[in-house]
Amino acid sequence: MHLSELSLFSQGILVSAALVLFTSFVMLAQARIQPLIYAFAWQGALLSITTALVALVSGHTHLYISALLTFGLKALLIPWMLYRLTRRLHIQYDVEIVAHPSLTLLGGAVLVVFCYYVALPIAQLSTLVTRNTIAVSMATVLLGMLLMISRRTAVAQVIGFMSIENGLFFAAVASTYGMPMIVELGVAFDVLVAAVLFGVFFFQIRTSIDSLDVDRLNRLSERGE
Amino acid sequence: MADNLNGWLWAALQTLLFIGGAPLLAGWIKRLKCHLQNRAAPSLLQPYRDLAKLFAKDLVLAHDASWIFRVTPYVVFGAMLLAAAVVPLVAIPLPTAAIADVIVLVGFFALARFFQALAGMDIGTAFGGMGASREMTVASLAEPAMLMAIFTLTMTASTTNLSVAIQYILNAGLVLRPSFLFALLSLAMVAVAETGRIPIDNPATHLELTMLHEATVLEYGARHLALIDWAGMIKLMIYAVLISNIFLPWGIARHLTLPGLALGTVAVTAKLALLAVLLALWETVLAKMRLFRVPQFLGFAFVLSLLGILTHVILESAL
Repeated sequence: MHLSELSLFSQGILVSAALVLFTSFVMLAQARIQPLIYAFAWQGALLSITTALVALVSGHTHLYISALLTFGLKALLIPWMLYRLTRRLHIQYDVEIVAHPSLTLLGGAVLVVFCYYVALPIAQLSTLVTRNTIAVSMATVLLGMLLMISRRTAVAQVIGFMSIENGLFFAAVASTYGMPMIVELGVAFDVLVAAVLFGVFFFQIRTSIDSLDVDRLNRLSERGE
Repeated sequence: MADNLNGWLWAALQTLLFIGGAPLLAGWIKRLKCHLQNRAAPSLLQPYRDLAKLFAKDLVLAHDASWIFRVTPYVVFGAMLLAAAVVPLVAIPLPTAAIADVIVLVGFFALARFFQALAGMDIGTAFGGMGASREMTVASLAEPAMLMAIFTLTMTASTTNLSVAIQYILNAGLVLRPSFLFALLSLAMVAVAETGRIPIDNPATHLELTMLHEATVLEYGARHLALIDWAGMIKLMIYAVLISNIFLPWGIARHLTLPGLALGTVAVTAKLALLAVLLALWETVLAKMRLFRVPQFLGFAFVLSLLGILTHVILESAL
């Protein structure tokens, strides 16, 4: 079946999946903290739109709940918490120096190709509408990891971590129309708790090493002053 | 034969409309920007007056100017004229469609840019050389991104011919293609860089250390400057028409009938006017970026077009 023969909603799934991937790249390219949080919020919103569209096309009504949950948590609550944290830590206008920005982006593109290669046999076995987006969801996971690796500040790493979780949720929706509701609820609240704990950690890191640059944690010495 | 001649006549008319309308588009953008920035706006026809004034002036040439310096304005304008002839503006079935190839278009741009860089260095002033070097830096980064964005389109329509591609998109009807979204974004970023708009270059300033395009044409005056300025306006219009007619081709005339052509003209005018609003907003919201940030900007454009190709393969392959 060709793309033009799909219904508009199925095409919409593909477009919003592509946009989720796009926000991952925006996060990789964005060096400032606040726009990074906005990009993360957009990713959550797009993910919930994708989920809602999948629910509409496939007729799995429980996915609407997942979509609502995703929107509430990942597009509104967690970004708002992170935003408030950056305000309280006075780092909202910080610009991180990203080493080799263009190289990181190209590395991201290579990861997408890799994911396509890995997901190809899965996509060929699957019969779902969303089977082509499995590669995209895997790429979102790996791009989140790349974000964590390439950044040094704690806030950016946390956003990378949350984006990995976004990718995992997306993979579940794309490959099996979502996880069982109980698992999804559990994961959602885990992420929420993680966000709260990260906030506490930010303050701890900040008071102990005077910075949110986690590279400085490598320089621990046993000489007590 | 008569039919063929008729076609060429329409093609010539379309090209005239193209180069005649380019200053109007530039004036419209300038006017919008003035309104957005709370300044008194010049008339829509101001670019025409500027061009007329420049054409009427006496030519002054630098002592060290060689033939390259004198020939460049004509080469640049000629290249843009040919490029404008190739791009479908109002109608598709014109005899120029046979050469309406995107690679040819990129070639015309490269030719014009090459001569402009040569002319910048020809006089031997520091600014000319600096401007030429910067212009070539930006171009070498923008060109691959543009070609990749176009290849995305090419992979969908299986052709590099603009008319055939537009015809294909029209025939397919409303299809949401993720790859086109990326190609559109990438092409828009490249267009901003190539036409010297904010955030890459500021078209309204002559501040020595920040100018790119202006530095190479600093020594030009009178009709030479008029030709180069006009060519710049045509280039902006070409990019605007490319973006609006490839990604939103609806309204373009598919047959050479008078109502169709009239509708095509109205449609393309509306699309360009809207696009100009977006450009003016973009230029008002953003600030010019440092020169050393430009590779990152264009690198992102390149990655976007690469993503366009990847999403075409991943998401739009036969299911």
